This record gives sequence, C-alpha cells and structure tokens, in this order.
Amino acid sequence: MPSLKDLKNRIESVKSTRKITKAMQMVAAAKLRRAQEAAEAGRPYAERFNAVMGQLAASVGSSESAPKLLSGTGSDQTQLLIVLTAERGLCGGFNGNIAKLARYQAEKLIAEGKTVKILTVGKKGREVLKRDLSDYFIGHVDLSEVKRLGYADAAGIAQDVLSRFDAGEFDVAKLYYSKFESVISQKPTEQQLIPAKFDAPEEDAGSSTIYDYEPSEEAILADLLPRGVATQIFSALLENGAGEQGARMSAMDNATRNAGEMIDKLTIEFNRSRQAVITNELIEIISGAEAL
Amino acid sequence: MAMQFELVSPERKLASVEASEVQIPGADGDFTAMPGHTPMITTLRPGYLKVVSGSGTQEYFVTGGFAEVSAETASVLAERAYARADMTPELQAELIAEAQKAHETAGSDDSAKLLDDMTAGVALT
Repeated sequence: MPSLKDLKNRIESVKSTRKITKAMQMVAAAKLRRAQEAAEAGRPYAERFNAVMGQLAASVGSSESAPKLLSGTGSDQTQLLIVLTAERGLCGGFNGNIAKLARYQAEKLIAEGKTVKILTVGKKGREVLKRDLSDYFIGHVDLSEVKRLGYADAAGIAQDVLSRFDAGEFDVAKLYYSKFESVISQKPTEQQLIPAKFDAPEEDAGSSTIYDYEPSEEAILADLLPRGVATQIFSALLENGAGEQGARMSAMDNATRNAGEMIDKLTIEFNRSRQAVITNELIEIISGAEAL
Repeated sequence: MAMQFELVSPERKLASVEASEVQIPGADGDFTAMPGHTPMITTLRPGYLKVVSGSGTQEYFVTGGFAEVSAETASVLAERAYARADMTPELQAELIAEAQKAHETAGSDDSAKLLDDMTAGVALT
C-alpha cells in the first residue's frame, strides 16, 4: 500500500505529464494545418506533371530508345527501398507502420533471392529497421535540421538516388511513406519510383490533343524523368509531413485522455487511503480509551 | 480573347490569371504564346517569363521546368520561380553560384549550358 505522500507525488507527476501532452497536441494541431496547406499547395504541380508525363510516356514508352528511368534496366534483381519516416517520435504508430511495411516487403524480396538495399530518410525509420536489416543499409538522409520542407530537400534526395541508379547500383526503386487520409488515418504506402510509372491518359476522354514537342519528345522525357523522381519524393515527403502531425495529434489526444483517467483513479485511491488512515487512528484512540 | 495562364512550382501556385500573351523562355529559344497557339510542350531554360494581362504586365524568373501551351491555356511548371521584384542581387548571385557548383560536380555539356543560360538569364534585368 503506497503511502499518502507517494500517491500525492504520483498525481502531481501525472498532472504535469498531462500538461505536456496537451501542449504537444496543440502544437501538432497548428503544425498539421501548415503541413496540410503545404501538401495542398504542392498538388497542382504534381497533378499537371503526372498528366504531361503520362502523355509523353504513352507515346515514347514503348519505343526501343526509351530512357532507362522509364523502361527499367530489364532486370529486377537489385531493389532499392527508400523508407521515408519522421524525424521525431511520439506520434503513435506512424513511424512503426511505415517501417513494418518496408520490413515486410524487404523480407519478402530477400526470401525471393533478390538483393535488397535500403535508403532511409528520417531517423525514426532507421532506428526501427536497424535491428534486423542494418546489413542492407546503403545510406541515410537526415532532415532533422530542416525547419520547413522545401523542394530543394526532395531534389537532393532525388539526386542521390539518380546518381546511384546511373552507377548501376540498383534496378528498381520503391518509395515507402504514409498517405495522409485524415487526421486519424494514415495509410503506409508503397510506390514504385524507378522505372517510372504513370497513369496512362484515358484514351476515350476526348483529350486527343496532339502536342508539338520542342525539342524532341525523347529530349523532353529525358529532361523530365529525373524531375519526376524529385516531384514524387517531394509529394511523398509532404504527405508524410501532414501524416506525422496528424498522427501525433491523435496520439497526444489519447495520451491526454489517459492521463486524465489515471488522475481520477489515483485521486480516488488517495482519498480512500486518507480515509483508512483516519479510521485507523480513531480505532487506536478508542481502543486505547477502552483499555483504561 | 484571353488564355488561362498558370505558373506553378512544386511548392505552390504562383499565378493563375487570364492573360492575353505570355513570353516563355523555351529551351530552343524564346517564344510568345497567344490565344489559339498550337498545342505544344517544351522545356525551359533559365530566364524571364513575361505575362501580359488586362491588369498589366508581370514578370517572373524561372530556373527551369517545362511549359504546356494549348489554344486556351498556358501552364508553366517551373522548378523554381520568383517574381521580378524578389530578384535581389543576392538571389541572382546565389542562383549563379548554384549553377556553377552543379557544373563543377557534373562537368557535362548540359550543366555548362545551364550555367551559361543562368548567367545570361539573370543578367537580363
């Protein structure tokens, strides 16, 4: 039976924990709004880009001269998994879920006899994957110093990935991140980055505009494909950013509520113990008086 | 007659206006898109983009990207874009330095061309 003093201390400590989680929830809510705005603002570019790339890929894609970024190296032996996670924890299962999906896929590929390489972006995913898959790590991108996510950050990662591709380090690259569906739901997603995949334009949509290309289709495609990699990484980072804050907000909301419940329980226990102490004292006094 | 002009960068939409003509620094040379232009897609070189609309002329500096022009629309998807007013000497120097650095690491003809275009484009003030 804990003493009254102990209980009092515990109640105080849970109360301050509740204050912290409450504050974190509010901060996450504010950051979430900003992250959502950023994700929203990035959407027109990505949509346009993909539409144009879809058209280009459809007209050039099948030809022999298609760039390797589009047609692939003809093999899928070496796979690069790019795992995007948050830099900070305390956001529920957010990082864990992405890492879990990546680990599951990595183990499946290893079982199939493929060579797996892993590039991690974000500290938390790396920490989770380090336990089982650290032998496959080929690099890490640290974004913890980045205050506001910019396209330049994504371009840097893309450049790293592309130079590895040019050096023939891998055949297929896949991106793992979390799709922001709502504040309470973020879905871990796998997306193929290289060879590039674009939704083919709908044939019957009446969008049969025939474009002139300047310089040539091939030259444009060769110029745009590397940008496409950066664009996809950028949108994934933005989705992740919004998802992280959303996950943290709901995790902190839960934590705040749990702390509240715990305080209630401890307070009841505290009152009971106090009552028990008083009763005990009374019994002692009364039995002492009776003995005389 | 007017065409819908849009300038978007990966981070945000910079402009969406009704324009009567848009001068675009294409990779193979500058051209002006006007309503009724034949549909075309072109890559961009660093340079100034000039938008003439009912409310006056706006200028933006783009570092690269591509443009999609059709009879009624002109969309420019720029890697990075700045309004004319934001082009401070520091920013110009920074852009040139970046191109210079990219050229040193890559050392290819493409990066050399980019550096030349950047230097020339920035100088056009």
